[in-house]
This record gives sequence, structure tokens and C-alpha cells, in this order.
Amino acid sequence: MEEIYLDNSATTRPYDDVIELMGRVHRDTFGNPSSPHGRGLEAERLLKEARRAVAAVLGGAADELYFTSGGTEANNLAVLGAAYRHRRRGSHLVTTSIEHPSVLNCYRRLEEEGFQVSYLPVDSDGYISLEELRNLMGKETILVSVIHVNNEIGTVQPVDQIGALIKERNPHTLYHVDGVQSFAKMPVNPRRWQADLFSCSAHKIHGPKGVGALWVKENSLLQPLMRGGEQEGGLRPGTENVAGIAGFGRAAGLTFERQERDAAHMHGLKQKLYWGLREAGLKVELNGPAPEHCAPHIINLSFPGIKAEILLHALENDLIYTSPGSACHSRRPEPSHVLKAIGLGEERLSGALRFSFAAFNTAEEIDRVIGRCLEAVRAFGAGSLSGPF
Amino acid sequence: MESRQVYMDHGATTPLREEALEAMMPYLQDKYGNPSSIHSAGREARKAVDEAREKVARALGAEPAEIFFTGGGTESNNIAIRGAARLKKGRGHLITSAIEHHAVLDVCKDLEQDGFKVTVLPVDSHGLVELRALEQALGPETFLISIMTANNEVGTVEPIGEIGALARERGILVHTDAVQAVGQLPVDVKKLNVDFLTLSAHKFNGPKGIGALYVRKGIAVSPVFRGGGQERKLRPGTENVAGIVGLARALELAVAELPQKTDHLTQLRDRLIAGLLRIDDVTLNGHPTLRLPGNVNVSFNYIEGESLLLSLDLQGVAASSGSACTSGSLDPSHVLMAMGLDHQHAHGSLRLSLGRGNTVEDVDYVLSVIPPIVQRLRKMSALYPQ
Repeated sequence: MEEIYLDNSATTRPYDDVIELMGRVHRDTFGNPSSPHGRGLEAERLLKEARRAVAAVLGGAADELYFTSGGTEANNLAVLGAAYRHRRRGSHLVTTSIEHPSVLNCYRRLEEEGFQVSYLPVDSDGYISLEELRNLMGKETILVSVIHVNNEIGTVQPVDQIGALIKERNPHTLYHVDGVQSFAKMPVNPRRWQADLFSCSAHKIHGPKGVGALWVKENSLLQPLMRGGEQEGGLRPGTENVAGIAGFGRAAGLTFERQERDAAHMHGLKQKLYWGLREAGLKVELNGPAPEHCAPHIINLSFPGIKAEILLHALENDLIYTSPGSACHSRRPEPSHVLKAIGLGEERLSGALRFSFAAFNTAEEIDRVIGRCLEAVRAFGAGSLSGPF
Repeated sequence: MESRQVYMDHGATTPLREEALEAMMPYLQDKYGNPSSIHSAGREARKAVDEAREKVARALGAEPAEIFFTGGGTESNNIAIRGAARLKKGRGHLITSAIEHHAVLDVCKDLEQDGFKVTVLPVDSHGLVELRALEQALGPETFLISIMTANNEVGTVEPIGEIGALARERGILVHTDAVQAVGQLPVDVKKLNVDFLTLSAHKFNGPKGIGALYVRKGIAVSPVFRGGGQERKLRPGTENVAGIVGLARALELAVAELPQKTDHLTQLRDRLIAGLLRIDDVTLNGHPTLRLPGNVNVSFNYIEGESLLLSLDLQGVAASSGSACTSGSLDPSHVLMAMGLDHQHAHGSLRLSLGRGNTVEDVDYVLSVIPPIVQRLRKMSALYPQ
């Protein structure tokens, strides 16, 4: 039996081309990019190439891109780096209640350190209210962070409208977009959104783990979180992960190139799963926006009467991999802060399962998933059945 | 002598060894799960991380729970020092040395601006931290000492075991940056009496972008980054599984091969030093015996290290004039200046760092190409007494 991997928001399978390139770089281009000899220059050239490839996805200039050890570090650098650097201008910060923990926990830390933080609530589909944001913002607001595509329910925030509103209310407020789930998979253009900071990660787009990047609009000064060498303009010191960065560049290029086609494909699979389950007689409930509105690769469903864990393991026995909420807190027993923020009750919370797609997934796989869900529900949670079975 | 490619910049980075790459590949290919995922693809990745942690612990004489994986040596240093300081809430005294890597020295400078008291210990002309100066610097508020195990530029091996013992009886924490030492010297956290130890995979033929921090059981540290619960919250972010596996494999092999490697490198080093010292107006920087087996650092009077490097590069020899991280700057090495060298000697320095794969033929080749280059550069130098 073939594996069906539907946990692509947690991590993705690297492209063969990326693996091959990384193996080659590891073998042949081992120099330290800071070294002034030929070995170093070769490595430096690879960094430049990757920087251009990632920047191209963002429609931005390559010299505004800083490589990090991943999305978490990029988010930390954006949030903490901006707040510390600009604290003299004000101490008010705004974010949403459905951010990834790597943003949310930075804001909690800043709150402990004396900043005043407003957490925007969201509606039942996961959208923030622009009106509320307008009312919250003031002269004292130095930073706003918004997750472009939510990792658990796939809500796509209107980041362009949010940017326009932020800059209209206070042109000095920095605007950070967490693009980890959208980067390269969907059109992203931080400059056009009037964003100042945009974070992304390689392993969500079929690149390696341990690499990410922060795009920084020119003159949006940040305070580095670490000290050391002069790498990445001093903003992110430490010998560069050359093979990883090269792999990131390649993955970004390939994903970007296939963006429209792959998005349509994933969107089709998502619709097929949702409608397929319903047509099979399952009373699945949608957590988050309607499938036609949310990100192409994420859908979060509750199966009434059956706990997510039970369904997850039943699927796993059939080599179908999904996730209860997001992987980053799946080892924590408490319910997802995102699902709570959209107002789910106890039953739907405990029955929520996230299916996240990649271009590698196929329609045949979805048929097998639908069949297996039906069997599992029949066996363990008949409450989900709508028909007289 | 026939021209050849000689890499003698192992202090900057080392080639990834084939065994480490082989160990990594499955985790880039089929075993790509996220260790935090609860399904079996995730559990498989989790198991790989756990096994790697056990290997690293065994290599350092630590327990698995005392090992935390990070994005590299710089990050480990930052977490240890900032993390220990954060819990002091802006008050207290820490001690470091003048020859630390910038990833330690500049963190301490930051902390000084935040209100901590910082003592930067001087070193002697060999680059050794003096224990007496350290003892004199200790005060009731001292909570942390950060001294490197071995210096990256001149290879001087510091008396960390003694420093550790002295600090332990006073209840002061000790961090050591062992980035250069691991893979070249026996490193045992118990024998060194340290509370924190930094290592970086790409210095011992592992991959770049991955490091580890040893934190002695019971010692509290505040994280630099916030996020998910990975690495018991000390270092959040999806684990670089392949990198972690590669680090552990490279370390395991480096430790197993250490006795032979040390002998081999020491022989090459001493042959290289002896050959270089036969050239006029050349001085050895660093300690004659308390020295990393792979480190050679000499100053050629009357010439610029940078010009020497370029000429060597053209002859196929990759070397450095200091640490790679500061090579972009024109300032003389802070390490050499701290050892009391004048500007001219500091600017005329060359580091040849040996590693796995270097041979006697490499050494002899380097010894054959350097004298004519030095002679040519000196002829062009206004300073050289013609």
C-alpha cells in the first residue's frame, strides 16, 4: 500500500531536484562563504543565486532578503527585532489571535517585557475585522503582525487591504506578514501590500528543513537577536547553511514556476475531499472559510461523534497521514488556539482534523481517503453519519 | 613541484564527510516527516532526532537531556550567554576573554549596554587566559564565565578544566565555546567542569547550519527565540532532521578517530611550522605546545596577509588571515592584538588550518610555494629593508 501524505502544512517532501542539488553542494561546494579564497567564493555565488530565486518570488530585490534557520527564526527576528529597535517610538503592538506560536509567543514575551499588545479577534471563518484594526491603531502603534494564510484552517487574510489601512492610520507603523504557508504557493507581493517584513520557510515548499528567510523592506531597521560575524548584513550572524540555502532557492524557483497549475490542482483535491465526504454521507463540518475561499492546500474538518485522534490513527493504519491542528502543538494536549478563536465548541474542537495538500497528491489518493474515513466513522463514530446506514 | 589543490582552511569550515551525507540523505528523501507530527512519518523523524541526541551526549560525556540542537555555533553561544543573563534580569557580572569569537564577545558587549558588568580578561603573548587574572576578576555578583576551549585563530588551548573547577566551587556558571576543539581534542563536559558547551557540526566534517548546546542538568536558561515546543522550548522551530542526523554521525566518527587524527594532524602541523620558521622574519603566533593539532598561525614581517592569501589562492592553496567571519574587515585581528602583536605583525599573519584529508604532500607543496611568494611580496614592500 502506498503512503498518502496529507500533512503538507507541517512539512513537505523535498523535490528530487532539491535533494540532488543539496547532495552536490555538500560534496563539491563546502567552502565558507566568508572565506576570501576560491572555495569561499564558490559558496558565496550559490548564496547569491538562491537569494535571487527567493527574492523573485517576492517581487523584491535580493539584497533585502536575510536567510535564517527557518520560519520560526524569521518570525522572531521580525517581531522582536522590530519591537526592540523601535521601542522609543511607542510601545503598542497589534497582532491576531490566530498567529503561529512563533509569532504569538514573541508577542507574549514582549507583553511580559512591558509592551502593550492588542490581539485581534477573528470571526467564525478566521478573518480579522478591518474596522477593529482601524480602531485599535494609534500613534503609539509600532508594529502589526498578520498571518497571511493560517496554518490550521487556511484562512487568507486580505493582507493588501490591511497594509493600506495600517499605513493610512500610521505611516510609521511596521507591517509584518507571516507568509510561511503562502510563500511561493500563492501570489505574494509584500511590497505591493505595503508590508515591511515578510517571513517564509523552505520546508513548507518542498525545500529542506532548517532554512527560512526574512524579507525586509529597505530602511526598516531591525535589532539583531544574535551577535557574531558579519553574515547577512550582521542581522543574522553565523556561517551560512550553504547547501540548505541553495536547496531553498531551488525549491522556491520550482514552486513559483508551477504556482498556478499546482494551486488549481490542490484546490481541486480539496474540493473533491470535502464534497466527496459529504456525498458519501458524512456530516463533516468545515472549520474555517468555505473551500472556495481558503488557501488551496489546507482544509480543516470536524467529524462529529469521533475524536480526531481516533480518526487520525485509523487513517494512519492505512498509511494516510493527517494532523490534528498544527504539528507544532500536536504534542501538547490543549486544544488549538486557532480553533478556539473561531469559536468552536468542545465537540468540534476534539474532532478537528487538518488535511493539507501538495502538488504530489492525486485524485486516486483522495478517493482512498474518503473511503477510509467512511469506514472509520462507521466503526468508531456513527454520530457522523447522516444517512440511514 | 606539481601544482595541486590544497585546502588548509579547516578552521573556517570543513568538507562534509561522505558517511555523514549518507546518513542525512534518507531524511531529505523519504523520511521527511516533521518530528512534531504524531503520525508515523513524524515519529520516524522524532526517533532519528532522539538517536542523534543520544550519540552527541555519548560523545561529550553528557546525558541526552542535556543536549539541545541549534542552528549553529553562533546561535549556541548566543543562547547560552543571553539565556543565562536573561534570568539575572539585567544585573550581575560576567567574565569573558579578549580572544573570544565575536559570537561571544559581541554578546557580552550587548549585555554590558543592557546594564551588566563585563570583564574582558587579557591574555598573555601566547593567547593564554591567566588564571590569576580570572581569580582577581571574580566578585560576589559574578554569575557566568565564558572562555573558549581553543582559539579559532591561533589555536591556543585554554585551561577550561581548571577554570571550571574554580568556578564550580564558587557556584559560578561556565560556558565554553568548543567550536574549534570538538573533533580535534578530547572534549568531555564532566572533565571540563562546564555548565554550557557550544559545538558546530561544520567544523568537524558535518553539515553547515546545525550546532548543539550542552546545558548541564538543572541549569535554567531562557530561550532567545519563542515559538513551538521543540528542543524543550529552548530552541523552537521545526527540527533540521537531516542536519541533526549528519551532526551526530560526523561527531561519532570524529570522536572514534580522534587519537589517530590528533597524531596525524600534529605531525603535519609541526612539519609545517618548522618549514615556515625557516623563512626569514617569520614568527609563530600562539602557544608552542598548548595548541590545536591542526592550527598553524604565523606572521610574515613586511607583507600583508591578504596579498599572501591571494597569491596562495592562485597556487591552489586555500588559507585564511584570521577567522573567516571577520575577513571582510580591514581591522587587524582582535586576537593577535590582544596577544600584544603590533599592527604590522598582525596584518602579516597567515592561518593554515589542517584537517582530515590533508597529507604530507600538501604540507610540502605549501612549503614549496610560500617562500617565492613571500620573497616577491617583500620586494614590492616599502617596509622591507632591501
